[in-house]
Amino acid sequence: MPIDAARCQAIFDRVAEAARALGMADAEAIVAAESSALTRFANNAIHQNVAERSGQLSVRVQIDGRTARATTNRMDDASIRQVVEEAVALTKLQEPDPALLPLTEAALLPEVQRWHDATAQVTPTERAQAVAEAIRIVESAGQTAAGIYSTSESVSAILNSRGKFAYYPETMANFSITAMAADSSGWAKGSACSHRDLDPAGMARAAAAKAQASRDPIELPPGAYTVILEPAAVLDLVGQMFGDFSATAITDGRSFLRDRIGAKLFGDNITIYDDAYHPLQSGTPFDGEGVPRRLLALVDRGVIREVPYCRQAAHAAGVEATGHGFPLPNEYGEAPMNIAIAGGATPLEDMIASTARGILVTRLWYIREVDPYEKIMTGMTRDGTFLIEDGCIARGVRNFRFNQALPEMLSNVEALSPAVRASGEEAFDMVVPAMKVRDFHFTEVTRF
Amino acid sequence: MKQLALEALDAVTSTHAATYADTRVTEIRDRQVSTKNGKTGHVSSGVSMGLAVRVLANGCWGFAATDDLTREGVQAAAALALEIARAGTLAKKRDVTLAPEEKYEAEWVSPIRIDPFTIPVDRNVALLLDIDRELRHNPGVTLAEGAMTFERRRQVFASSLGSLIDQTRYISGVGYAATAYKDGEIQKRSYPNSFGGQHQLKGYELIDEWDLVGNAARIAEEAVALHGADQCPEGEFDLILDSSQLGLQIHESVGHPIELDRVLGSEANYAGMSFLTLDQLRRLRYGSEIVNVVCDARPEHGPGLGTFAFDDEGVPAQSTDIIRDGQFTGYMTSRETAAAVGESRSNGTMRADGWSRMPLIRMTNVSLLAGRQSLDEVFGGVDQAIYMETNRSWSIDDKRYNFQFGCEIGWEIRRGKRVRMLKNPSYSGISTEFWNACAAIAGPQHWTLWGTPNCGKGQPEQIMGTGHGASPARFSRIKIGGAYAD
Repeated sequence: MPIDAARCQAIFDRVAEAARALGMADAEAIVAAESSALTRFANNAIHQNVAERSGQLSVRVQIDGRTARATTNRMDDASIRQVVEEAVALTKLQEPDPALLPLTEAALLPEVQRWHDATAQVTPTERAQAVAEAIRIVESAGQTAAGIYSTSESVSAILNSRGKFAYYPETMANFSITAMAADSSGWAKGSACSHRDLDPAGMARAAAAKAQASRDPIELPPGAYTVILEPAAVLDLVGQMFGDFSATAITDGRSFLRDRIGAKLFGDNITIYDDAYHPLQSGTPFDGEGVPRRLLALVDRGVIREVPYCRQAAHAAGVEATGHGFPLPNEYGEAPMNIAIAGGATPLEDMIASTARGILVTRLWYIREVDPYEKIMTGMTRDGTFLIEDGCIARGVRNFRFNQALPEMLSNVEALSPAVRASGEEAFDMVVPAMKVRDFHFTEVTRF
Repeated sequence: MKQLALEALDAVTSTHAATYADTRVTEIRDRQVSTKNGKTGHVSSGVSMGLAVRVLANGCWGFAATDDLTREGVQAAAALALEIARAGTLAKKRDVTLAPEEKYEAEWVSPIRIDPFTIPVDRNVALLLDIDRELRHNPGVTLAEGAMTFERRRQVFASSLGSLIDQTRYISGVGYAATAYKDGEIQKRSYPNSFGGQHQLKGYELIDEWDLVGNAARIAEEAVALHGADQCPEGEFDLILDSSQLGLQIHESVGHPIELDRVLGSEANYAGMSFLTLDQLRRLRYGSEIVNVVCDARPEHGPGLGTFAFDDEGVPAQSTDIIRDGQFTGYMTSRETAAAVGESRSNGTMRADGWSRMPLIRMTNVSLLAGRQSLDEVFGGVDQAIYMETNRSWSIDDKRYNFQFGCEIGWEIRRGKRVRMLKNPSYSGISTEFWNACAAIAGPQHWTLWGTPNCGKGQPEQIMGTGHGASPARFSRIKIGGAYAD
């Protein structure tokens, strides 16, 4: 455990003492610590192999409607006094904000168990052995492997002078692999709180199979296609919209949901929750002020139903805070962090079998917003893009650029697979299904 | 800090287990201030200090970083770095070898006029609120945002070559944006640049150089006016880019492809590879004859986010020709990769984003050299063109061929004059085709060294500031408007 609850409390006791000495009754501290390691490989060899250990103490004080934050990674007594002094000095320079609420009170917090001793204790040799085996699988297919295997242990805690104590330890393992052949590639990635839930060898075989199956790719013209997006592709693309599911973003006029709460924006088969307690989820069950995260029905059968509210936004709107606020002070308010898109009953194989002509997409890449209200996103396919013909994967195709409005896409979903925990590179990990989507807009083709 | 760096180095070298080792002790102090719609958004300050140990043992790299700076913590980091290097032998193909380098003892502080940390926070907030008032004076502005960031970073580097290098860099950044929401449409204008503004290796003097309050009314007007503007047309047009958008174009379609570690496959699982395979060096016509690009970390290039005295493996800052008269002439290299292109020495581009990460080849200042045309010649050299300003979106494939950019605002240009405002402008293309279409580049009086503060690369990911100098330039027959094509 990078830092235990007793040590967190001891640190906060020093913070509170230093704050009181400066005339501050209200103080809050976020204490975080992490120990992580990552074994990186490329060209069938381990080429970067790293470990880091870090901690952080972030202090906020509050007086007469004013607040500010100071942070340090030094936890000795002198440094704690110094960071409190800095927070106090910054706070005193602020203008009072009538919307600033008192610190949160102590509350019973739901428990989630996401710590695994064995994952915290994975050694460099164990990671290297798993990597060596994955490389062997890809190399034996005449291909080149690149990827990572990482394990970490982390703690995040919030304490305040009103008795709040929220403490959350977690372990996390990630494995990702790209298999490259002469003119094609395949990819797989997984993440889990227990490294024993990952199958690096299985992912290596899957990536190698995709690289093999997509060799000698043909070029297809841009156009509207039926696509089957694997879960990682769904995650990275649909994941781009969740920053807009925010009461503050809507009020600010920077969310595509402005004037759309209660509107049916997506198809009947789209239901999305924010569920910090889902068995496949990870992350703290409380927000940046220590408020427990509430289950939210963000989208109910295509209708925008609920959005998260930080305490300040909730107070202004006369509703209850939902436990999704960012640490204060901030101007962004809140966002959902534990997305679960309800899945369906159609396995990926059945989606493929039911498609007369379409494109199977393994992952999407470099996804950026083109239009903030139409929610048009652009990006590329990558590492395993296939033509489906007559219900079978026919061959590999050159990668496409897409420009796709998310409301349109989520209104055109023809089938959903069961939801799984997915991991990508453009959005945080979520529980999402694969999706079969009609009329997905590929606008350009690249050279590979 | 020097003592700590040397102690950590000794903890490795005393074991005689490593053929090479270096350590970095880094202390970072920062301040972030923002405002939103007449109120303070956030005010925060931070301090972080830690130690990194990088070793080459048994032909493999090992790296460990810690903020436990006790003797035990330092010893543990050194031991872990060696253990990690040993573990790497389980999947090793060949021993890592390093290009030779001299040892250096040096101290360097980036030149500043005003230490930003001597400016009271309430003065930062007051200026941002002045800007905010100007923006929201326009009733069409629904969201006014402003921010400043300041950083002081001191790093001591020590290596088993005998180097001991103490560098301090000051970075300042400022920017604001006006968003106008109306009738189901969101338009935004930013100044001096989008996504956080302008960032340079400067002190507080940066804040005074951009006439921030003086430009606010115009920015607000443009954000509102965009609602009534015509949609940018689709088709092939001559394209003129302002220097800030051109800076990002350089970043994505030149800066990233020339990272030699990417070319050699190091980033294949994440940031991708590069179309600039080794056979392209000194063969590829990367751009038209007027295109000249350098990668230059030296202070004489300018106070860029990629300016320093030594990189993070103790190699002095250098300037490398990347594109000379349109010809591709150079990569960014490191001590490990220089030999792959027949170089006997690294050209000094290894950078780490903090004490906890190992250095990677990163852009320093990758800049398009100023041209010879006047602004009138750039704008007036063709009958019709589309001019775009300030980035709104950016995307490129994982080998850096196909890109698409969107900007905040555009104008149709007829015989050198703006004739109408255009909204939602976008353009796309293939990197080398784009640069070969470069027809005119404005002169040095219009050249700006922009800062991109948020370049991502590496696993675990590292965020790096890079510099990109450019003057406005014109490109012939570029595909425009594809992002909104039906």
